[in-house]
Amino acid sequence: MSYKADLDRETVDLFEYQARDLFEAHGVPVLRGIVVDTPEQAEAAAKEIGGVVVVKAQVKTGGRGKAGGVKVAKTPEDAKAAAEAILGLDIKGHVVKRLMIAQGADIAEEYYFSVLLDRSNRTFLALCSVEGGVEIEQLAEERPEALAKVQISANEGIDLAKAKEIAQEANFPAELVDSVSEVFVKLYGVFEKEDATLVEVNPLVRTGDGQIIALDGKVTLDENAEFRHEREQMERDQLDPLEAKAKENDLNYVKLDGEVGIIGNGAGLVMSTLDVVAYAGENHGGVKPANFLDIGGGASAEVMAAGLDVILGDEQVKSVFVNVFGGITACDAVANGIVGALDKLGSAASKPLVVRLDGNNVDEGRKILSEYNHPLITLAETMDGGADRAAELAKG
Amino acid sequence: MAIYLDSNSKIIVQGMTGAEGMKHTQRMLAGGSDIVGGVNPRKAGETVEIEGKSLPVFGSVAEAMAETGANVSVIFVPPAFAKAAMVEAIDAQVPLIVTITEGIPVHDSAAAWDYNLKKGNKSRMIGPNCPGIISPGKSNAGITPSNITGAGPIGLVSKSGTLTYQMMFELRDIGFSTGIGIGGDPVIGTTHIDALEAFEADSETKAIVLIGEIGGDSEEKAAEYISKHVSKPVVAYVAGFTAPEGKTMGHAGAIVSGSAGTAQAKKEAFEAVGVKVGKTPSETAQLMRDIIAGL
Repeated sequence: MSYKADLDRETVDLFEYQARDLFEAHGVPVLRGIVVDTPEQAEAAAKEIGGVVVVKAQVKTGGRGKAGGVKVAKTPEDAKAAAEAILGLDIKGHVVKRLMIAQGADIAEEYYFSVLLDRSNRTFLALCSVEGGVEIEQLAEERPEALAKVQISANEGIDLAKAKEIAQEANFPAELVDSVSEVFVKLYGVFEKEDATLVEVNPLVRTGDGQIIALDGKVTLDENAEFRHEREQMERDQLDPLEAKAKENDLNYVKLDGEVGIIGNGAGLVMSTLDVVAYAGENHGGVKPANFLDIGGGASAEVMAAGLDVILGDEQVKSVFVNVFGGITACDAVANGIVGALDKLGSAASKPLVVRLDGNNVDEGRKILSEYNHPLITLAETMDGGADRAAELAKG
Repeated sequence: MAIYLDSNSKIIVQGMTGAEGMKHTQRMLAGGSDIVGGVNPRKAGETVEIEGKSLPVFGSVAEAMAETGANVSVIFVPPAFAKAAMVEAIDAQVPLIVTITEGIPVHDSAAAWDYNLKKGNKSRMIGPNCPGIISPGKSNAGITPSNITGAGPIGLVSKSGTLTYQMMFELRDIGFSTGIGIGGDPVIGTTHIDALEAFEADSETKAIVLIGEIGGDSEEKAAEYISKHVSKPVVAYVAGFTAPEGKTMGHAGAIVSGSAGTAQAKKEAFEAVGVKVGKTPSETAQLMRDIIAGL
């Protein structure tokens, strides 16, 4: 069972330091952590924190430790040297640009706790184990009995009673139940108040002097809920330049590695178009879809022009397949959108366009494009036929 | 027959006086749906003229039901207010609640679903983020173009809106008993399985098209359900074979971040229980044609 596969949504994964800051803001016990971008800053941060520190690469991937992305430093000089070694490392395709200098912890024991959206059961789920610090997928697979799973009502959440139930279910010794439960309640506060789809702490530790501390955290936020959060500008993943341009125009675009540019309306139809183009490509030298681009229901000239502009900016693209089903939007409006887009782009529109229109007012739509008689436009009767023609044109 | 929605359905629209609500109320009326009123506390007592019909605006769902005998509510209110709208409809025990709104925070959808269960699951909920439900020739509660297809023997259940339209359009000469867009959000009301169960029991439905897409395990569960409980022929289509792992594809339900939830896994789950899976929407339509011809 893969828990992460249940988090299928437009979501934002946070960096560890961002998760740490959210935890702190909601009263979850954390250690000091200072974000730095240079070895000199790392040295200064280590001096400020004092004592032993841990220099941690800020990348959104697991296995940092094994890849050399986490080092313990006993002195500020050590911290500087560790930062020099870690900055610029490539960890599974993620280049380290930022570090967190974290206060060292005296760890007596490591635990695991998470609360997440359980799509399959349409509810929330808490996962907890007294065996933390390991890969939780591995634990779930090898020793499922060591991982407590407790369903959480979206309306009731985790109060102290529910938190104690989780702690007991996870076999925490009686003397620790109260102290970990308090932390669980606070972590649920992060999940609820920040509109997260995942809050995970691994490890949650007990220190030598008996404190419970969230040492490393992962948080995934629901983008649909951003309207009700005033967050300071958060560091986001570096986008591909074309993706960044699409985002500026509010277009739903994902760059892929192929030659046939795709524009369509509705995520399901666009995904399907990608598949159909990939099949057609098998007969035309293995050409593949170059992108995912959903222009949504409207398909106005402006949106169509913005979409075409992004796709034609992709040097890999050799042909473009516009696949629109006129449901709410009539095909004549879509055709006018394409005409407007090509007029607007002028000579910047330089690659062949295969257009398949179907549905509402299809005859009027096709008539508009026939009469426009643009040398780059080929009209296709069917989705499969259009995909085949676009793949053929991309092969050259 | 048909499922969940038929010519006896009396529909109210929550958010009727907003731009989307007005546009689609007009379309539903033009398509023959029996729209009996709208809900907006700030405009209670007013009437709205749409398609030559004078529609009353009520202050609450409960009042609208009491006054009109409505048994369906379609929700078009913006994401920030959708949870409150759903909760109000659940409190009023509307038998069928169809939430069209896209972009609702998942904490809100999960809370609404949990609330419905706690209130005894009295309301059938469809959506959110879906095109709604249409029983061609009888009623349309949502945004599917009413004239896309006529009545016929096929039942359709789909995660995707535009693929629903595509499939109904391809098979419009045969026609549909009911088409349901369940939506691609992580937390939805009616599932593939719910619709399969209802289609199996519906005498008008002779065969079923199921459309899925990557993400979640709804299709895998549906396949298991079909093998045990569905005697009518089912064909399936799954979108997203070329979707790269971990990339969001716009739809709420469409990231693959592990092996589970891939299009391939879903296809294999269907084929393992004898459900044919079309490679493309038109091949899927052809599979359905062959089945209908053989009935």
